[in-house]
Amino acid sequence: MAVLVYIEQVEGQFKKSAFETVSYAKEIAKVLNTQTIAFTIGNASDDVLKTLGIYGADKILTAKNEELKSFSNAAYASAIAEAANQENADIIILSNSFSGKGLTPTLSVKLNAGVVAGAVELPRMEGGKFIVKKFAFSGKVFASVEVSTAKKIISLNPNSYSIIESATSPTIEVFNPQLNIELKTRVKEVIRSTDKVPLPEAEIVVSGGRGLKGPENWNILEDLAEALGAATACSKPVSDAGWRPHEEHVGQTGIVISPNLYLAVGISGAIQHLAGVSSSKTIVAINKDPEAPIFKVANYGIVGDALEILPKLTQAIKAFKG
Amino acid sequence: MKLLVCISNVPDTTTKVTFTDNNTQFNTAGVQFILNPYDEIALSKAIELTEGGKGTVTVIHVGEASSEPTIRKALAIGADDAVRINTYPHDAFFVASQIADYARDKNFDLILTGRESIDYNNALVAGMLGELLSLPSVSIIKKLKIDGTAIEVEREIEGGKEIITVDLPAVAGCSEGVAEAKIPNMRGIMSARTKPLEIIEATASEKLTHVVEYTNPAPRGAVTLLSAGETEKLVELLHTEAKVI
Ligand SMILES: Cc1cc2nc3c(=O)[nH]c(=O)nc-3n(C[C@H](O)[C@H](O)[C@H](O)COP(=O)(O)OP(=O)(O)OC[C@H]3O[C@@H](n4cnc5c(N)ncnc54)[C@H](O)[C@@H]3O)c2cc1C
Ligand SMILES: Nc1ncnc2c1ncn2[C@@H]1O[C@H](COP(=O)(O)O)[C@@H](O)[C@H]1O
Repeated sequence: MAVLVYIEQVEGQFKKSAFETVSYAKEIAKVLNTQTIAFTIGNASDDVLKTLGIYGADKILTAKNEELKSFSNAAYASAIAEAANQENADIIILSNSFSGKGLTPTLSVKLNAGVVAGAVELPRMEGGKFIVKKFAFSGKVFASVEVSTAKKIISLNPNSYSIIESATSPTIEVFNPQLNIELKTRVKEVIRSTDKVPLPEAEIVVSGGRGLKGPENWNILEDLAEALGAATACSKPVSDAGWRPHEEHVGQTGIVISPNLYLAVGISGAIQHLAGVSSSKTIVAINKDPEAPIFKVANYGIVGDALEILPKLTQAIKAFKG
Repeated sequence: MKLLVCISNVPDTTTKVTFTDNNTQFNTAGVQFILNPYDEIALSKAIELTEGGKGTVTVIHVGEASSEPTIRKALAIGADDAVRINTYPHDAFFVASQIADYARDKNFDLILTGRESIDYNNALVAGMLGELLSLPSVSIIKKLKIDGTAIEVEREIEGGKEIITVDLPAVAGCSEGVAEAKIPNMRGIMSARTKPLEIIEATASEKLTHVVEYTNPAPRGAVTLLSAGETEKLVELLHTEAKVI
């Protein structure tokens, strides 16, 4: 028995979600009195790999095979399944990231393991049961899902579990999966906008709606985002109008986020919009209409003209941060 | 080209979500069900790819007779025929197994799903289907074009995107951007009534998970409203009270 946690690398580095997933896996392993094995694919240096020990990895398996140079659901899931089998792991944890969403179902079939996709809490393991809470109905409610298979897979939502230190001195082993598969996907190109905080991972998100009037006013929103170290997002009509790129649109048909702080600026708060943001921990709304539905879900609100308020708020943030 | 599009029947987003039987069952009373919005995108793309006699589009749904309006809607949008596997869709693995058992000997060139159903937000069926059928799968794609005997897709990744070539046959989970959702026209609505809808019985498949309880998120307290001049106060509250900066 062991808990295996798959850790994503981005160009040889770990992101925050990596440490969240290790911390989460460690907590489960502690309850079960077993080991936390971290498995990662890529060329992270030993110094980088060791950082997983800070959050509780007892052993780190690293795969550097040529066939795993670029991402493929089939090859990566095969490698994870082999690592899980070698380590006798019956609980496998992944991040519910874009790649995680491809790997989780593939791995589920390979291991005949039931999945809870998008977990937001630790599993409840009393009385031989295994029950995990996740968001359902686009963040409106939680569903507690029982997994009835011997092996279990959980994908953890980003920003749902705190990073916890529990220093261990992990061993690092190179793992060489067999990968008996024929690769049918080829990555042609990877395009990264490196200067920006990725939206699903961001702890703070500043989001603009139609109330900002036009793309020419986005610089004041970006100034605020920069002062806060935040990612930017927008409502659907804003990206439909081409004011902002589609990958920034949050909501039912866009990205679903759960940052610590969501600032909705000039956004009315339509139900389809809220479907993407209602699990944010704190919501701030800036809107000139005191009756706007966004104020029903907001923790804090400023009623007034966003174009006037935003620069002042940016100043106040800068003053606060010194 | 022979295409299969998987469609799910989900509560409309404006639905007030409530439960019965001690919070163990989703209360469907008075709920308006719709074609999952991402499946609408997948279907629209499939129709686009086969327009002008370049192929056929079959839609498949795992569910009970109550989903028929959603299946007819898919036919009205432009699918050629439909299959309903007559059973309750227990969980993603069960649904994927049913679809795989149907599709296994039918030689589809491309199977499209939505990125996720908006009820349980699982995003599992596409990947499971790929693995069950030994086909390559890509999830959450934002663009798709045919490139000879392969497709070229754009996959979303954190803070960017990946362009991937996938050999056909393949399974792809479609997100916004893949196609504009098509709206059924009058002719589509009329012809949908007579297009073939085959109902088949379920195969024996496992379910691996089930929902034991639903809970509501803790209510947010009443909003603290500030005036336009109180930006410093907001910053202070975010720091001392909400503890988010
Ligand atoms: C099937 C379906 C799916 C959808 N999916 C999504 C989705 O994923 N995401 C999404 O966002 N929407 C989605 N929508 C659209 C959604 O219903 C709303 O239309 C949309 O969210 C509204 O965007 P908005 O708040 O920017 O604009 P509006 O509703 O026009 O609101 C603008 C707000 O700005 C305020 N305002 C105006 N001027 C100022 C000013 N100077 N200062 C401050 N405030 C000002 C106004 O009071 C108003 O509240 C979907 C709709 C459908 C039917
Ligand atoms: N009951 C079902 N019948 C047919 N297809 C389904 C069903 N449930 C889900 N799907 C497909 O699988 C996709 C992902 O769903 P899910 O994995 O449940 O989030 C959906 O967008 C549909 O394309």
